[in-house]
Amino acid sequence: MSIDAPVKVTPPARKITTKPRVSDQIFRAIVTAFSFSALLILSLIAIFLLIKGFTTFKEQGFGFITNFEWSVTQDEAGKEVTHFGLLAMLVGTVVISFVALAIAVPLSVLTALFLTFYAPERIKRILVTIVDLMAAFPSILYGLWGFFVLMPMAEYWAKLIHKWLGWIYIFDVPDPVYTRSPFIAGIVLSVMIIPIITSVSREVFSQTPLDRIQAAYALGATKWGMIRAVVLPFGAGGVVGGSMLGLGRAFGETVAVFSVLNIVFRTNFQILFTQGGNVASMIIQKWGEAGPSEVSALMAAGLVLFILTLMVNFLANYVVTKTVKSGR
Amino acid sequence: MPTSTVQKMRPWAASPKDRALTGLSVLLSVLTAILIVAVTPMKGKLAYFALFFLAWFVIDSLFVVRKQGSKGVRDGLAAKVTLFGAVIVSMAVFSILWATISKGVKGLNLAFVTENMREASLFDPIGKGGILHAILGTLMLIAIAIIFSVPMGILTALYLTEIKGRAVGLIQFLVQAMSGVPSVVAGLFIYAAIILNTPLRSSGFLGGLALTILMVPTVTRTAQEVLNLVPRDLREAGLAMGATQWKTVALVVVPAARSGLITATILGVARIAGETAPLLFTVGVFDSYNFNPFKGDQGTIPTVVWRGLMGGTPESVQRAWSAILVLLIVVLIMFVLARSFGSKSPKK
Amino acid sequence: MNESVQLTQNGTHMSDQPKNTTPSSLSDVAAKRAETKIAGTQPLGTGLEARGVHAWFDKHHALEDVSLDFSAGTVTALIGPSGCGKSTFIRTLNRMHEFIPHTSMAGQVLLDGKDIYEPGIDVTKIRLQIGMVFQKPNPFPSMTIGENVLSGLKLAQLKVDNQEDLLEECLTRAGLWTEVKDRLGAHAGGLSGGQQQRLCIARALAVKPKVLLMDEPCSALDPGSTLRIEETISQLSKSMTIVIVTHNMQQAARVSDYTAFFLSDGGPGQMIEVGPTNEIFSRPRDERTENYVTGRFG
Repeated sequence: MSIDAPVKVTPPARKITTKPRVSDQIFRAIVTAFSFSALLILSLIAIFLLIKGFTTFKEQGFGFITNFEWSVTQDEAGKEVTHFGLLAMLVGTVVISFVALAIAVPLSVLTALFLTFYAPERIKRILVTIVDLMAAFPSILYGLWGFFVLMPMAEYWAKLIHKWLGWIYIFDVPDPVYTRSPFIAGIVLSVMIIPIITSVSREVFSQTPLDRIQAAYALGATKWGMIRAVVLPFGAGGVVGGSMLGLGRAFGETVAVFSVLNIVFRTNFQILFTQGGNVASMIIQKWGEAGPSEVSALMAAGLVLFILTLMVNFLANYVVTKTVKSGR
Repeated sequence: MPTSTVQKMRPWAASPKDRALTGLSVLLSVLTAILIVAVTPMKGKLAYFALFFLAWFVIDSLFVVRKQGSKGVRDGLAAKVTLFGAVIVSMAVFSILWATISKGVKGLNLAFVTENMREASLFDPIGKGGILHAILGTLMLIAIAIIFSVPMGILTALYLTEIKGRAVGLIQFLVQAMSGVPSVVAGLFIYAAIILNTPLRSSGFLGGLALTILMVPTVTRTAQEVLNLVPRDLREAGLAMGATQWKTVALVVVPAARSGLITATILGVARIAGETAPLLFTVGVFDSYNFNPFKGDQGTIPTVVWRGLMGGTPESVQRAWSAILVLLIVVLIMFVLARSFGSKSPKK
Repeated sequence: MNESVQLTQNGTHMSDQPKNTTPSSLSDVAAKRAETKIAGTQPLGTGLEARGVHAWFDKHHALEDVSLDFSAGTVTALIGPSGCGKSTFIRTLNRMHEFIPHTSMAGQVLLDGKDIYEPGIDVTKIRLQIGMVFQKPNPFPSMTIGENVLSGLKLAQLKVDNQEDLLEECLTRAGLWTEVKDRLGAHAGGLSGGQQQRLCIARALAVKPKVLLMDEPCSALDPGSTLRIEETISQLSKSMTIVIVTHNMQQAARVSDYTAFFLSDGGPGQMIEVGPTNEIFSRPRDERTENYVTGRFG
């Protein structure tokens, strides 16, 4: 035994193990198995839409997402000639969704700020109920309301916008027809996604660390000064994430858009004009009289839509999670 | 004790003078807006709204600027802009509710909720035929969706909160992704996977499956939230007594979260009750009763509304509004139920 | 105009000869502090004065009838066991109390003779004159170190001719300049806890407050950082009025000129005694104070 150099011996950390009982093993196995149902369903959706849309992808190639034309005709020999190009619909979907975001994001952020920092308790409770209620309205109700109530009003707004801002290309129209436009479809969608963006924004705003809020106030900030210095930098990521969740919803909305949009296979950026596109609505529109080849094309369109919304959602969740974790 | 005579004060609260000033500025703004609309070519509700806001901001700023300077003006503007944002959002909701109620009640009568459409067409005068078949059909679809999605959703939530296995991040991610699946894709998928591959044709059962895809994420996420609210010590108390995890979950955790899990189910149902697009692929439309979930098309409220809207005549549109009112009432009842159960769920 | 430099209505007056009759470490420390304190740095204004301040949280009466005079250019420590209302009291001094919903108060707080609770007063101007440092360091993480120091100017929309000079001055006074002068553009989150707290002090100094309130500024810090902060407080006390809430009696003895002892007997918190720090720690007049400073409870 050496005494001159006392060596400090750290024992290796013991591994704590346990053997779960059989009942627990079964329980864990069942729960784990079920938890993978999400994976199963998502994969099945992709697989089956790919299988059924495969002929279209093979025949149309890249043209499926880069061409404008969508037609099924017969040549002189009576043979079917198909042109399936989704580009106009994809562009239309994006245009409408961005109109929706342009309206919904400011309104949602304002509402969330009002709810979190300005509203008296009683008004806050009522308003939270209202926003939750909005999320529970069926989409067909939005379609009905959009067509019969909103459209006459929005037509008037569109005329006003055209009158004052018509010199900007997107607010110009080739003919003075303002109904069933991407603008109106965008408003309907904005009302549908406001509850999503509002509740996500409210969530992050309310998580703003109290000590930072107090620090701002103690430095003589007004409420707005505090919001700008503390709340908005903290909540920005959440607002972006919430907006992208809303965007995902807007991409996939079907019947509400179909009710208020004139679907035309042509790219149109003049949002006040009665001409637009939307992948989901187009699927519904063409479904009724689709022959086998067109059904395949619609399945392919569904797959494109599915992947598009998945990507937007992944990105949105990534942004939200990252914001929450970084604590900013 | 002399202290009992001390009066509580809230010097930071608005004084009567402040309130009077606020009232005055609002009143002045209303008058200004009315005046401007009267004498200029600007007309309409939109003009009133915009002018009132502008006038309010200007008048209130005049009150504030003396005391707080430009800092106060900006603060006041921010407060008003957020208020107006909230007002616009509320107006949209009230517009939707008002339209549904005012237009919907005109077509409501006893026959509308007690008869079917076998003898009547959408274009017949109101009073002939009803949507009972669609109400029953929707209820059947909801029941089928519940049978599949509630176990799936709650077990997934249990995995995320109780087992916390290695795949928690992945599952969480997938559930989020699933909540973004467009409803039309859910319908297309069932059509592609089942109707094109098996002898099964459109039926209530297939509609229920399509709705399950849309319902599971809502149930999972809400259930996860309420399970997370169950206090840790409850679980540890169970485990410390030597109970298995299975017993602890089944006898302690799930009962403690019961009302929250009911809320999760109701919210899931509210999410799918009005879905239209997937039903067009999987359930079809039908004008009479069909009590066999596995065979034959089914009438549902959303498809009645859909056909009414597409029909375009005053009668069919009236039927659409009345049917959506019935659906909205159902959704609202579920909404209220969910809230009352939700308020009972355990809070840390 | 210097009459309020005297002590409070309780009649506790500054003693001429703070002799330590019962030598204890705390009173030694306090006596040493009393010797080193350079007289004659006053007046810097008439200071801050609380008159009959009460505070309620909803129905709960948290603070009862506290009158306390903070002479300009002094450091006053508020000590007492937890729940005695000292934090509540310090928050009434710059109107941070009112951010908690359903609170109310009574009494007056006079800054340079004017009631800061006067109706119609601009509360943001009050908080500019009475700065605050909190328990946990709370720099703004989205801003750089330099931006943090100057954030108060931005928030209050104050114009300053030379921002660099002000930046250096504040960081120097807070004892942080040498450590951060090369990385003013870095984010504040990278600093240590003690550095962050000194950054918060610098941030509070940038708007030139007359009074600095510190609510247990060292409770989240390690001993080394605590020492640095205490040095900073000593430096600052030459040029401003400081009120510091602390759990740590050693700290009160080290940094303060006056000490006020707060206590709640289950009811609302009250101020039991106030006096020059060396007296409070050497020969307190109230038995409860003595029991507390000698460590019999708390």
